[in-house]
Amino acid sequence: MRLLYLQLMELIGQTLTLLKKEILLEWRSKYAFNGVLLYVVSTVFVCYIAFSLSAGFTGSSGYPIVWNVLFWIIMLFASVNAIAKSFVQESRGRLLYYYSIASPQAVILSKIIYNMLLMALLSTLAIVVYVVFFNNVVGDPLLYFASVIIGSISFSTVFTMISAIASKAGNNGTLMAILSFPVIIPVILILIRFSKNAMDGLDRSLNYGHLGALAAINAIVIATSLLLFPYLWRD
Amino acid sequence: MKFMYQTWWKVLAVLLVLTTIIAGFLIQVPRLPIVHETIRNTFFHVPMWMAMFIVFIISVVYSIKYLRSADPKHDLIAVECVNVGVFFFVLGLITGMIWARNTWGEYWSNDPKQNSAAIAFLLYCAYLVLRNAIDEEQKRARISAIYNIFAFPVMIVLIMVLPRMTDSLHPGNGGNPAFSKITDNNVRMILYVGFIAWSLMAVWIATLRYRIRLIEYKQNSLD
Repeated sequence: MRLLYLQLMELIGQTLTLLKKEILLEWRSKYAFNGVLLYVVSTVFVCYIAFSLSAGFTGSSGYPIVWNVLFWIIMLFASVNAIAKSFVQESRGRLLYYYSIASPQAVILSKIIYNMLLMALLSTLAIVVYVVFFNNVVGDPLLYFASVIIGSISFSTVFTMISAIASKAGNNGTLMAILSFPVIIPVILILIRFSKNAMDGLDRSLNYGHLGALAAINAIVIATSLLLFPYLWRD
Repeated sequence: MKFMYQTWWKVLAVLLVLTTIIAGFLIQVPRLPIVHETIRNTFFHVPMWMAMFIVFIISVVYSIKYLRSADPKHDLIAVECVNVGVFFFVLGLITGMIWARNTWGEYWSNDPKQNSAAIAFLLYCAYLVLRNAIDEEQKRARISAIYNIFAFPVMIVLIMVLPRMTDSLHPGNGGNPAFSKITDNNVRMILYVGFIAWSLMAVWIATLRYRIRLIEYKQNSLD
């Protein structure tokens, strides 16, 4: 029991060190952050221009539905692009070094937590930019924001493991997309339902089922990542 | 592994499949609203999914075994089980679609159950594409085993959990007559026989494909 506790503390310590290193590296270059932010802003702007071509669309009855779905599709592609980098940018030698000083679970956990933080920050900025261009039609802004944060966390957990698999298999973008989309579709379906409820300002208790399902999917994905990643990194 | 080479269960599989086909078309079925005579499709549609589940479970078990042992045979079993599972997946979709045409009016009616089944199908297609993307044999075996284990719980969520969260046209959801409501013992009996029959059939096909792959593998190896 005491041994288990010590191992757990060691894992937490290693994870925190690696997480600190990820954040420090990102802080120095700001490459992933600025890149994805620009990606989101330009996508939102392209959508804004494309939709403003058809006059009167803003007032039409389908507008809230498009508003919601479009936001999630933009977030989906932004997070695929942001997280696909997480293992590619590490050189082989550096990965080998991490594995010699830390356990593989600490490596994947630190990546997952780092991606969660990055995506939470990015999606907060993305929703702000999105609301600036597209008129806000959300009925319950606080709940909608909660759904955005929960969505970015779910995207991070799923995509981190997939990007590890894709990076081992020659790391091309096609593979990342085809491996991750079937896995993310159930998540995004629940998220769209959840955020639509928030948008219509429905009673908050309606969403407990969605929250439970998302928590269950995240728990399954994190557990399988922790179990499988040690087999993945060995070459 | 001796089980694979025995004959008795293959004979049993053929006899049971014949039983479900003959009995499935001939017995008296209860008359239910909406479904009427198409209830006979239960004998052919549901066992396809059962067979698919059985081979996918075998595949996941052998993927886990592969990660522990790094024995190429385990990888061959896993991939052939997925191939057969995908085949039964297609059969399940087709039998469902023909039934849907006759009861709902459309082959594809944007039903949650149909949609999740289609997504789960993409999941296993992605597994097969992933295998083609990696050239080195051991690396391919290991990474695809990892993806296979990762995909399995997602498939369970897609097919078993997600459609139950919303209303669906599919029997068992949203007021349509469900299997658990069918109290006729003959119908249940034939369905259970069908489960066993088609599962054995799927396992048989998978073992045949595995044995062919094993011969090819031995021919290609150097010693």
